[in-house]
Formats: sequence, C-alpha cells, structure tokens
Amino acid sequence: MSSTATQEMNLHFRVRDALGAAVVAGLVGLPMLGLTTRDGANGLEVQTRWALLGAFIVIAFAGRITLQMLLQRFHLFSKRRLRARPVPEVTGNGSLVWAGAACVAFAVLLPALFAGNRYVVDTATTVLIYVMLGWGLNVVVGLAGLLDLGYVAFYAVGAYTYGLLSTHFGLGFWQCLPIAGGLAATFGVVLGYPTLRLRGDYLAIVTLGFGEIIRLVLVNWGDVTGGPNGISSIPKPTFFGLPMQAPGEGPTFASVFGLDYSPGQRVVFLYYLILVLALLTNLLVSRLRRLPVGRAWEAVREDEIACKAMGINVTNVKLSAFATGAMLAGFGGVFFAARQGFISPESFTFSESATILAIVVLGGMGSQLGVVLAASLLVILPELGRDFSEYRMLLFGVAMVFIMIVRPGGLISHRRATVSVPGVEAKP
Amino acid sequence: MSQALQQLINGLTLGAVYGLIAIGYTMVYGIIGMINFAHGDIYMVSAFIAVTCFTLLASSGISSVVASIAITLIVSIALTSVFGWTVERVGYRPLRGSNRLAPLISSIGISIFLQNMVQLTQGARVKSIPPMVTGGVSLFGGEGFHGPYVSYVQLLIVAVTILLMIAFTLFINKTAFGRQQRACEQDQRMMQFLGYNVDRIIALTFMIGAALAAVAGVMVTLYYGVIDFSIGFEAGIKAFTAAVLGGIGSIPGAMLGGVIIGLIEAFWSAYLSPEYKDVATFVILIVVLMFRPSGLLGRPEVEKV
Repeated sequence: MSSTATQEMNLHFRVRDALGAAVVAGLVGLPMLGLTTRDGANGLEVQTRWALLGAFIVIAFAGRITLQMLLQRFHLFSKRRLRARPVPEVTGNGSLVWAGAACVAFAVLLPALFAGNRYVVDTATTVLIYVMLGWGLNVVVGLAGLLDLGYVAFYAVGAYTYGLLSTHFGLGFWQCLPIAGGLAATFGVVLGYPTLRLRGDYLAIVTLGFGEIIRLVLVNWGDVTGGPNGISSIPKPTFFGLPMQAPGEGPTFASVFGLDYSPGQRVVFLYYLILVLALLTNLLVSRLRRLPVGRAWEAVREDEIACKAMGINVTNVKLSAFATGAMLAGFGGVFFAARQGFISPESFTFSESATILAIVVLGGMGSQLGVVLAASLLVILPELGRDFSEYRMLLFGVAMVFIMIVRPGGLISHRRATVSVPGVEAKP
Repeated sequence: MSQALQQLINGLTLGAVYGLIAIGYTMVYGIIGMINFAHGDIYMVSAFIAVTCFTLLASSGISSVVASIAITLIVSIALTSVFGWTVERVGYRPLRGSNRLAPLISSIGISIFLQNMVQLTQGARVKSIPPMVTGGVSLFGGEGFHGPYVSYVQLLIVAVTILLMIAFTLFINKTAFGRQQRACEQDQRMMQFLGYNVDRIIALTFMIGAALAAVAGVMVTLYYGVIDFSIGFEAGIKAFTAAVLGGIGSIPGAMLGGVIIGLIEAFWSAYLSPEYKDVATFVILIVVLMFRPSGLLGRPEVEKV
C-alpha cells in the first residue's frame, strides 16, 4: 500500500473517530448545555442555548482530531493499546533525598522570603496541614495498604477534643495535643478492631460510614458539640506559655522578646508550629518504616497470606497502622482547631477525606515527597483559580482525572519496600 | 399498626430507588473491581434530564401523564447511558491495568466535575416540578379507621422497579450479553483469548448501570418533585452502602440491600429519631459486616496463594 493511501486511510479513520466524539458530545451536551430550565412565570420554563451546544460539538470534534494526531505523532497511542503500562520506575533515591532537603530548606525560609505577605504564609500553612494529614494517611493507605475513606473522622476527633477541652476546662494547646492524639488513636482502634478483617473495599465503605457517623453525631449532638454552629473562640496556641496577642495583662511573646507586636507574628508562629509538627510526623513515619512494625505494614500490604504463614499477627499490624494514622490526624485536628479558632462539622465532610486520599494517591502511594507535591498542587490550584472562581472546582475535578490518566502511579511512584534483602530483587 | 404499614410502604419505595442505583455500583464493582464514586452523580444528571424533559413536554402540550412519563423515561435512559459510557471512556478506560486506587481517585474527580458542571449549566437553585401523578388509595380504610395511604407514585415506583428487576435478571441470566458480562467478571483475560471485546462489555456494563440509575432519577423526580445538583452524593453513598450490605458483586444482593436500607431509614425516622437515621444505617452496615464479612448474599472469597 502506498504511503498516500495509508495517509488517506488514516485521515478517514480520524475523521470518523472525531465524528463519533462529536455525536457523543452532542448527546451529552444536549440536556446540559443545549437545554436548561429557568424559573418562569408559572413554574419552570425551558431555555435553549443552541450556539453553546454547537460550539461544544465543534470543540469536541476538533479536540478529538488534535488529540489523535498528537498521540500518533508521539507514538503514545499504540503502546497504550497493547498492554497495561507498568508502574514507572522509581527514580534514584539520592535525588529524592536532595529534593526533600531542598523542600525543607524552602519551607523554613518561606516566611522570610515572603515577609509581610500574610496570604502566602497562610496558604503555606494550609498546605502543611494537608501535608501532615497526607503523611498520616500514607501510613494507612500507602504503607499498610488499607483503603480508608473516613480519615477525616480522626481529624474531627482531634479538633473537637481541643475545642471542647480548651473552652470548657481551659486546657492549653500543648496539653491537648497528646490527649487528642491518644483519643484519636483510641477511636482508630475501636473502629479497626471489629472491621479490619474485612477485605479492602468492604473496609473502605465501613470507614466511609464511620466518617459519616462522626459527622452526623457532631451535627446532631448539639448540647456538647454545638451542633451545626460548632465551637467558636477556641484559644490560640502559646509559645511556651507566652500568648501571641496585643500587649495587655501578663507577659506576651512580643513583650518578653522586646518586639513590637504585630498580628503577622502569630501567622508566622502558626506556620512554624505546623512545620515542626509536620517534620516530626515525617521523622516518626520514616523511622517507623524501618522498625519491625513498619516492615510488617509493607509486608501485609504486599501479601497478607504470606505474613500469616510467617507468624505475623496481621490484625495487630493493621491496627497499629490504623492507630498511628489516626493519632497523626488527631494532632492535625488540634492544630486546625487552634489555627481557625472556630470549628464546625462543615469542615469534616467526606469531600475532605477524599481530598486527603487524593493527595496520597496523586503523590504516589508511600512516597513522602509525593505527598508534599500533591498537597501543594491541590491547595494552590484552587487558590490560583480564585479569579475564575465559578470554574475552579470544575477544573479541579478535571485536573484530578487528568493527573491520574497521565501518571496512574502518582507523581512520584515509590512502591518498593523500604527495607530489602541485599542482592535480592524486590518485587515491584 | 397502621403507622407501621405506612412506614413499610414508604421504606419499600425508598428502597426500590436505592436498589436501582445500587445495581450500577455492584455491576461495575463485579466487572472491574472499582468503586465508581461518580455513579451517584450520574443519577443526579438523570434527574435533571427528567426535569428538563417533563417541562419540555408540558410546554409542548402533551397532557397525557402516561405518555409523558414514558417519553421521559426513554429519553432519560438513552441520554444517561451516553453519560455512563462517556465517563467510562474518558475517566476509567485509560486507567485499566494500573493500580487499584487510580480509577477510584479518577472517579472522585469525575464526581466533582459532574456536580460543578450541572451547577454551572443548570443553575445551583433547587428545581421543582408540579406533581404529575396525584392521588392514591387508602388501604383497608373504613369508618373511623385510617389505614395506610399508598400514593399512586409509590405504586408506580415499586411496580416499575419490580418489572425492571425481572427483566434485568432475565437479561443477565438468559441473553448472550448477560453471559459475556458474567464471564468477564470471572476472567477477563480468558474472554480476550476467546476473542471478545472486553472493553465493549465493560462499556455496556456502565451504560446499563447508568440506565438503571436513570430510571431511579425519573422516579425520584416524580416522587419528590424537587431536585438539586447535590442529591447525587447522599443517594450514591446510601446505594453503595446497600450494595455492600447485600454483598458487592451480587445483583439480588444490591436489591435486597436497597430495600433493607430504605426500611431502616423509614422506620428509624418514624419511631426513633430522624436525625440519626443515617447513623443507624451505617451502624447496621458495620454490624452486619462484622458477622458476614462478604455481605448478606455475597460469596465469601477464598484467597489462594
């Protein structure tokens, strides 16, 4: 067959393919873009927007042809068809360590680099909360391989523990931190003990249900939790007992250190506080990974039956992962409550759990640095989109799908066991 | 007694709707082992299609209620299954063969996308249509005794669901496609060796799931008459719970789970506390799974080394 004939065939195929895409776009677009209902004089009235629908169909047609050409040009098409792509190779650990060190250095210097820019430091604080939660969930999902869709429940337990203890009993941030962590871990064990023998996806729905139970109890148990109104005027954390506030009675942070008080100090203090908490989390998790318990987590993830055969108590291993993850979420919750000064069940919905899970999976399960990348992406992306706020979440959804399709193993794939026997190839 | 019967009827109606959505979850899970979080939003899209279609029919002067419902059902089923196909093609097919969680995250992304898309294109406000099927019958009503009241909409929902279930069971058990679908659940690679287009079977599975969700969407629009862009999430979670309760992968299980959850909700709201009805649902799910880890009708999976 001559090359022109092939090209013609190709063109023919592409146009047919794109026409198919256009037809589907028309059918999908018709009820959503082409037709809409508005409140009229007597009930709903149908409005038509044919121009919009037409534009959408044309875009689908052109987009499909362009995509086909690009895929063919870069030979992506045939490869994908043939077989499932293997998980991308792990990049050398050395470069990851350097990248991690660079990240820490940047994080430490960030308030100095953006001095006076409260917005940047505030956003960075939010990123770090998600980084910490991501690292916590990483223990459960990434290391132990347990799918947890209700992680936000433990976050809520931490936040409400601090909220209630500080407003009712006057306990401080530092006293509440271990209490909340312990309580969240207890909740983790209480939930985990009866349910951890369930297989992956049954566990997922049970954790999802648990998250919803906690949220509904928070909404409905108004006498204790304040119901949908939540708890307000939660005290801020102190610097070794020195409050961050305008000079008044008693020593404050500014008066002791002989500084002029400015509200920005508190923002920077909160930023460093979560940075320290997050780094401690990271240290804890990366140490735990090398301990027998951490190795057992990864072993259970890879092959549960083999673990049982080796005499590992699988339930205890899973429970410890669950409790560790829950405890870290509890710490995160305490910080969240202290930073916001106000908590309500609104902050602990399923979409929050989904976001944290997305951070872990987008980052590449088990990868610490991947979590940082994904958390930055998921927090900063919607922030950047403030200018076109209507389309913000729409694009957020598209981005999540897109990243998964382009890199199904996550931004940084790291599924190799942390510890391996020298000379023996680790199973990918 | 009368109130109990009334709650039984309400619960069955609700359960029928949950069951229809749950089948979509259970079929998709059975064939590719993923939780399709976007399924609840597919149901929501179908309810919007139904509202548009009902309004269009009303303004074009079709006064027959039966014709109007029939046309809306057909239109909604057709368009919603295209949605189901598109979602599978765009969001899940490129991820086939990658790790287990990638399609899950992708489906969460699609769910966020669909909710916001509907909010943008159809408006964030609640849509309501006037009730189309009015009236009902009072059972064993007599002098001074008010029996439970069954509205015609409830009868319609239960009747349509039962009919659909029978047709669907026959479809899965007797037709060639049903056999292929069940075979795919067991061994996709073998199906490929035998020359079947597995992608096509999976795509059709998504379309069937979406079509059943579309029926649920039309029925809910008729029943409540009020919808908005966020109805998909709650219904989706309930339906997924129903699928797990019945044993995920099992089609009669999904129906049974839906009915049980509908009944729990109706009775709990009536006799105990309506605020905690969802808590009750999840607690019962957890308790059932503690004693039957594969759900009520699920087959326990034997893991082999």
